[in-house]
Amino acid sequence: MVKIEILDQKDTRSGFGAGLLELGRTNPNVVALCADLTGSLKMDAFKKEFPERFIQTGIAEANMIGMAAGLATGGKIPFTGTFANFSTGRVYDQIRQSVAYSGKNVKICASHAGVTLGEDGATHQILEDIGLMKMLPGMVVINPCDYNQTKAATIAIANYDGPVYLRFGRPKWPVFTAPDQKFEIGKAWHINSGNAVSIFCTGHLVWKAIKAGEILAEMGIEADIINIHTIKPLDKEAVLASVAKTGCAVTAEEHQMNGGLGDSICQLLALNNPKPVEMVAVNDSFGESGTPDELLVKYGLDTVNIVDAVKRVMARK
Amino acid sequence: MSGKHTVTQLQDIASQVRRDIVRMVHAVQSGHPGGSLGCADLLVALYHEVMEYQAKPFNMDGKGEDIFILSNGHISPLLYSVMSRAGIFEVSELVTFRKLNTRLQGHPATHEHLEGVRIASGSLGQGLSVATGIALSKRMNNDPKTVYCLMGDGELEEGQNWEAIMFAAHNKVDNLIGIVDFNGQQIDGSTKEIMGFTEIKDKFEAFGWLTLDMDGNDMGNVVETLTKAKGLSRHGKPVLIKMKTDMGAGVDFMMGSHEWHGIAPNNEQLAKALEQLPETLGDY
Repeated sequence: MVKIEILDQKDTRSGFGAGLLELGRTNPNVVALCADLTGSLKMDAFKKEFPERFIQTGIAEANMIGMAAGLATGGKIPFTGTFANFSTGRVYDQIRQSVAYSGKNVKICASHAGVTLGEDGATHQILEDIGLMKMLPGMVVINPCDYNQTKAATIAIANYDGPVYLRFGRPKWPVFTAPDQKFEIGKAWHINSGNAVSIFCTGHLVWKAIKAGEILAEMGIEADIINIHTIKPLDKEAVLASVAKTGCAVTAEEHQMNGGLGDSICQLLALNNPKPVEMVAVNDSFGESGTPDELLVKYGLDTVNIVDAVKRVMARK
Repeated sequence: MSGKHTVTQLQDIASQVRRDIVRMVHAVQSGHPGGSLGCADLLVALYHEVMEYQAKPFNMDGKGEDIFILSNGHISPLLYSVMSRAGIFEVSELVTFRKLNTRLQGHPATHEHLEGVRIASGSLGQGLSVATGIALSKRMNNDPKTVYCLMGDGELEEGQNWEAIMFAAHNKVDNLIGIVDFNGQQIDGSTKEIMGFTEIKDKFEAFGWLTLDMDGNDMGNVVETLTKAKGLSRHGKPVLIKMKTDMGAGVDFMMGSHEWHGIAPNNEQLAKALEQLPETLGDY
């Protein structure tokens, strides 16, 4: 197992804020909209430096999405910012008609996704957003794993012409990817090579998968660990090549089992190379209040759950 | 395009457009003739007289052009007829309306790359937000042109409109002219009966908009009011025109009832309608 060092502890939303600020400095067409959560989304620096390109929409997400579609029509590259719940479920039809169906170059940037938002509880802990967004034709769906990857992804999506859903989170989290990496949409990151099992992971659970990989290595199980930061379009070649080698897979994500990364992997494998899969994800349940760590344990999204899933799936080979 | 037509010339275009609408809807036995006929004079005035824009080639960003956004997308036959008669795409394409593989979808869409359409509409209540966004982009670009947005009166029951109405006033989006088609009808009956609002101007004024009244089926008044609205724009407030129309205007048996909101005429009804609408520019 390759050694992955922790460089720092930072929230992924701050990676978004840093990426957005850099875009402000390098791309005059980038504009930002926020629905009364500027501090939470770490958009303050952009707002301060580029007040004429920052639009405070108030607590009115539907209007924010519609205006973003309008700004994109006028040649701007709008980045909308609010919590993941209000970025997707609340405005599904606005995204569907005015953004996705209309093919608008809107970047829907969503913080506080998943249970790791913590104490605010299930009203805010959306676990269905990847599914909602990936079902929309033409929508790109990205869930980066740490601060550096989130920053790089934020910068990269400005250069892609089309609608994107970028999902990140609230808690401080290990930073372990390279500071000035180049982010390629749809190109998976091969973290560790192994022949025993494939582990496909996204978002905060990538770090958990790495920790699981270390435990498995001590047990003599070398896992092929692949970070699928782009859930759509899925890096099919990387997934199929890995499973061709390992013969089984575990998926890990902070999302419902229904509609998430695991579901995309299962579909791909069922159609191309049916092999056993185990999914580490939330099993048809809402979240609740608690600390991020407590919630990851309670909802089965921790390192131990990935290790157990590997044991189960290898037994099914 | 910005014409200098007489009122009579514009009425002649509107007559042809109304013929197109009933023929298009009849041909596929589906679509929405009522609101389309009611708003025909407005769209003819905008596209053939008031708005300054480039008919060809179509530029999605509309930089340096006046832009029209149709929020109540179900009156698509009107939009298609008016745009084709203005030279944005070929009039002959009207025959494909609502048929398989058409660019003239049941509700307007950008997906098939129909020139002149900048946003999909049909699911109601979204157009004013989009128009506001385009108006903001024009402001950022120091583009002096205007964005027009047509909404239905029943459509104002959608809450998103009020988010946009609040935003546009607070942010002084004064290059935006909203028009509400006040025909008093929606699918299940009169707007008065269903959501009882009549004081549209008071509501917009309370939110900080300037308002005007317009008789949407009097071409002279339409051109005059649109000109007045343009004069009021760029003065720190968005402008709203309450446009009184008759649903089905121009075809006597379709007027004054919600029953022709979304049904097509049969052969006999088509003939009766066309008798009332002189063919002025040649049928498609």
